[in-house]
Amino acid sequence: MTTTAASAGRLARLRLEHAGAIRQARLFVWTFGRSPSAMVGLVLVALFLALAAVGPAIVPYPADATGAMHLAARLQPPSSVHWFGTDEMGDDILTRVVVGTRTSLWIGLIITGVAALIGVPLGIAAGYLGGAARQVIMRVTDVFLSVPGLVLAIAIVAALGAGVLNGVIALALVWWPGYVRLIEAKALSIKHEPYVEAARAVGASRRRILFVHLLPNCLSPLVVKMSMDMGLAILAAASLGFIGLGARPPAPEWGAMISVARTYMPTWWWYAFFPGLFIYLTVLGFNLFGDGLRDVLDPRANRS
Amino acid sequence: MMRFLLTRLGLTALMLAGLVAITFVISNVAPADPAALAAGPDATRDMVETVRKEYGLDRPLPVQFVRYVGDLAAGNLGRSVATGHTVGEDLARFFPATFELVTVSMTLAVLLGVPLGMLAAVRRNSWLDHVTRVVAVSGIALPAFWAGLLLQLLFAVQLGWLPTSGRLEVGTPPPPAITNMYLVDSLLAGQLGTFWEALGHAVLPAIVLAFPCLASIIRVNRAEMIEVLGSDYVLAARAHGVSRARVVGVLALRNAMLPTLALIGLRYGWMLGGTVLVETVFDWPGIGLYAVSSAIAADFKPIMGVTLVVGINFMLANLVVDAAYARLDPRLRTAAP
Repeated sequence: MTTTAASAGRLARLRLEHAGAIRQARLFVWTFGRSPSAMVGLVLVALFLALAAVGPAIVPYPADATGAMHLAARLQPPSSVHWFGTDEMGDDILTRVVVGTRTSLWIGLIITGVAALIGVPLGIAAGYLGGAARQVIMRVTDVFLSVPGLVLAIAIVAALGAGVLNGVIALALVWWPGYVRLIEAKALSIKHEPYVEAARAVGASRRRILFVHLLPNCLSPLVVKMSMDMGLAILAAASLGFIGLGARPPAPEWGAMISVARTYMPTWWWYAFFPGLFIYLTVLGFNLFGDGLRDVLDPRANRS
Repeated sequence: MMRFLLTRLGLTALMLAGLVAITFVISNVAPADPAALAAGPDATRDMVETVRKEYGLDRPLPVQFVRYVGDLAAGNLGRSVATGHTVGEDLARFFPATFELVTVSMTLAVLLGVPLGMLAAVRRNSWLDHVTRVVAVSGIALPAFWAGLLLQLLFAVQLGWLPTSGRLEVGTPPPPAITNMYLVDSLLAGQLGTFWEALGHAVLPAIVLAFPCLASIIRVNRAEMIEVLGSDYVLAARAHGVSRARVVGVLALRNAMLPTLALIGLRYGWMLGGTVLVETVFDWPGIGLYAVSSAIAADFKPIMGVTLVVGINFMLANLVVDAAYARLDPRLRTAAP
């Protein structure tokens, strides 16, 4: 009795202390929930993450993910036994597509993660320090941005050798300049905000300004860009797989599946259709989700 | 204005040098031995060493770099192992095909995107606005290679309206080569039948290539139109009795087109990269397909050639956009790059 009363009292005090944060969180949720497209994005992203988490455990034919052979059941159309049909090995396409979700998740995480890890420090350095460092960093960034990422990635993969890991490395290497641009612009504009000037005037150290003022304020656009880039990175990796430079066919990767399925068009259309549908819905989901996040976190940047 | 252009030109030259350096680094980090690749699969060790000497691959890297730059300056991009031609010859043959495709595609994107963006802005939050928004988001999310396969399935196989792939039917002789763009060449030679056939082959790949570009044109044009339509001079024009159609179609559109034009310039270079996927799906013999087949065969020189050509085109497009902007908006001439 006394313990519940005490915990209730603590809860009430917590509510009071964090009233501002709670109110802001409520506003975020409300703004996000008000936009139908953002909610569609949220649902798609949640489904994607859920499939990546439990997919291999719930698929109907787990052995098919690594390329088992059931030649008697090859290239069967969608049915109640095989919802998405079977491929040229007789493997269940639903199984392979669902298991491929996890592959796509780590591909997307690594590419955006590495790109941000390279791009953010460089962007901060360019925007905050300025001077010669900025000139050098931004010119190098411009050079990388002067060739479409996929073309440069193909060149890098050709040098490293085809494969899913090399494809991910190549895409990460061409992905970071976008982050430099974003963070540099943000840091440049924050640098002259009155609160940063004030912090500098009262003698705050460079490190303190960097970690207490600059980085937290770069966080919103960074989160928005990263959630959008998750989808685009997955799409780019699938593109490499389709060309034949990314993941190799027995591996359950969406792009590689379509690259094989292409030779079975148009008669066995379901083979290419379902992996492509998953790519589309995933990229769409992350895009809408990111758009919704921008409306919430970064309302001033809300264009169109 | 002159100084602005010179500065811009200098920056472009600097970026080009950077791009050359990047391609050099990429082709030299390769785990594969370039000499062994050039000598071919059946070469003995002696032959590989001879090739290494001949190509200067045994020299220190800085020396090789100077040699590489010298070769590029002389227009010598090396030789493709797969086609047996020099990369320069191959690019001269394949680039027009890509350029043709990109041009058709860009025309489509502009003809559809500008009116759609305009309508979406005028009828904000109507069903039309929502539909165009879905189109705009889908355009970015749709995997080009998948969309290509589906369009082939629908229009070429099911309906039989359009051909599946290639630039012409198998039996049709290409028009006399002048520009290597079949649409232009066939018209120059007066072969109307060939022209329509080539155009029919270009439609599906052009649609797929246009999708992402269409999406951004719609978004930018809609946003600009909304901003312009809310401005004082539009209100003033309306107050003076200028008809709504004239305000939207002439006055507002002209002002909203500026950012759209810039976007078209930027997207042109991007499209050249997008052709990699589209050309693979539609067997379109352009630089994209050339780069992909070379990459799979680990044939470096062609990939570097394509990378440089795409990069140069991209930089030139940027330069043209900057110059056009500076001409139209004097405030930008003094702005820092």
